[in-house]
Parts: sequence; C-alpha cells; structure tokens
Amino acid sequence: MRYIEPHGHMVSRTTDDYQAMVTAGCQAVCEPAFWAGYDRSSVDGFRDYFRQLTEYEPARAAKFLLPHFSWLCINPKESEDLALAADVLAMIPEFLAKPNVLGIGEIGLNRNTRNELKVLEQHVDLAVKHDQLILVHTPHLEDKLKGTRLIVDLLLAHKGVQPGRVIIDHVEEHTVRYVLDRGFWAGITLYPDSKSSPPRAVDMLETAGHDRIWLNSACDWGVSDPLAVPKTAFEMRRRGHSAEFVDQVLYQNPVRFLSQCPKFKI
Amino acid sequence: MAKPRSPRSPGQLPAAASPRALVDHGFVPVRAKLIEVAAFLDRVERYGAADDFRCVALRSAAKLLVDGKPERARRILEQLSDPTTKPDAVSTGKAALGAWQKPAKKK
Repeated sequence: MRYIEPHGHMVSRTTDDYQAMVTAGCQAVCEPAFWAGYDRSSVDGFRDYFRQLTEYEPARAAKFLLPHFSWLCINPKESEDLALAADVLAMIPEFLAKPNVLGIGEIGLNRNTRNELKVLEQHVDLAVKHDQLILVHTPHLEDKLKGTRLIVDLLLAHKGVQPGRVIIDHVEEHTVRYVLDRGFWAGITLYPDSKSSPPRAVDMLETAGHDRIWLNSACDWGVSDPLAVPKTAFEMRRRGHSAEFVDQVLYQNPVRFLSQCPKFKI
Repeated sequence: MAKPRSPRSPGQLPAAASPRALVDHGFVPVRAKLIEVAAFLDRVERYGAADDFRCVALRSAAKLLVDGKPERARRILEQLSDPTTKPDAVSTGKAALGAWQKPAKKK
C-alpha cells in the first residue's frame, strides 16, 4: 500500500514516527505551519520556525527517504495579535521560493473573531498575489460550523481565489458537503478523541463522495496518531472497498491536489 | 451564506459490502462507547454537575440517537454548534468547550 500524509506536524514527532510511516507505505509528508502550543514572543520566533520547516525538517525526513514539503503562515490562534501577524506576513515571501514550500497554510479561524478574519483575508491576498495553493484550518468543536461558513464566504468573495486550489481541512459530517458543494477540496483529520475516527471518515467517503477529499493524521504534540491514515485503509478494506478505491483516496487524491504546485514531485 | 456551485460526485457503498460483517466488527466497540456515555451521565449526577451546560447539551443531543431519522452524526454536530453567524469582536482566549452556550446578557 502507498499513501501520502498531507498534513503532519513532524517537528513534534520522533524519528521512530518517520520510520513507522515509511514502513507503512508513506511516500511523502506535508507539514503546515501551526501553533506551537504557546504564543511566540516576536516575529523572530516565526523566522526560526520557517527555517525549521524549510531546511532542517526536510533533511531529517530525507534520512528516512521521505520527501518533506511545507506550508507557511501565522496560525489563526496567534493571528489575534494584528501587529505580530503583519510582521509575519511581511516575512513569508522570503521563504516562498524554498524548494519544499507548497503554499500558504494552515490559515483559517480558531475562535471566529474579527481579527482572525482580517488576517485570514491578508493571507488569502498573499497566496493569490504569489499564485500559491491554500490550506485552511477550520475551528474546533462547537466553533467549526460557524467558522467553516465564515471561511467559505470569505474565499468565495475573493475574486482571485480558485476553489480547486484550496483545501479546507478538518471537515466533519456537518461541514463536508458544504465545502465540497462549493468547489473546494476537503480534508478529513483522523484524531483519537476529536475531529474524525477512521470509521466516520469512511462513512463520509461513502455518503459525501471521494473525488476531492484527502485524509490526514495532523499528528502533532497532542493526542494524535501518525499512522491514522494507513489504519483507515484497513477500515476501508474491511468494509469491502477495493484496493483501487484505497489508492485513489490515500494516494492519488492528494497527489492530484498537491501537483498543482510544480514543486510537488515524488 | 454561500450557495452551492460545484457538482459533487455521490458517495457509494463498496460493491462487496457485508452488512453482517459491519455489525460484527462494530457492535462491541460502539456498545462500550454507549455505556461510557451512560456512566458519564450517572457520574455527573452523582457529583452534582449534571446542570453544567455541556451535560445538558449532551443529554439533549442523545435524544437524536433514537428519533428514527438518518444523519444522526451530522445533526448531533449541528446541535452542539454555535448557531450565530457574525464573527466575535474579540477572542475569549479560551479553548473551545465542545458545546455552545448562549452568552449571558450584560447587566
């Protein structure tokens, strides 16, 4: 079996995880910029993080023969600080030409505030200006439905956004159709306690379609499983889905979306 | 709210689907989760926390499990969601709690 891990926060993981992922059939890992578990004190914290995502982490992954790609942004949680966000947004173009950078992400909303929306719009402007793919984070728990609608409204109102070049991540049963019906790609995140379980993810593929969906583990420093994607392949096969179906969802779909960036080559 | 504008291919069950196998594999784990829900509701009553808005929301959402209508997961998620549509003025700085509570009116 082969698969892509299109959303993994590998800076939080050990080399054992890299080894396990490669052993399970992982062909590439993509790492969006995210909240570190604490708020950075200045733009220099982000500069160091972007160097980690574009220099050190690809080299660490290469030791396990795994291509590593990244996405850059200031995450929605820290976007509440407009001055810090402005500094980070001004710095991002320095890194866009790096060979493993695929686009802008994971941008989006956390608590659905006005400041978060402002910074989201600025990120979208930046992505459009530099012809970048966009990876969107949707809020957690009770904030997800409202946040997803606010995000979709903002994206559709932007004249430069092509929905087929945007993936809206962390969809669940109440948001997956809303995203797909408006032309965007959707990401299903497999978490042990929140977001989606493997059986629920397969339910969504069976009921909402599977053409523009990828699955990811979003493994990070919290409760998460870097092998959640291949474990979901097992759930698909157990239900009777074909090997071709599994390959389309776990490998061909992410390759199709990510290949819109010419730097994505595996 | 944005209107649909892109056709979505319909989902489908596997050609070799086995309803009996689905129940065989799924029943015991889900039985365990249902009992966890029941035990949690007993526990919060015993500790005097049953009126917490999250426990109230959980009991209300649980009614959807047995109303005989489809798409229970979607409807439970919607019932636990913030129904408002405008962005908040400022962040509370707190994490999401899993159920929505109507803000108290300012005095």
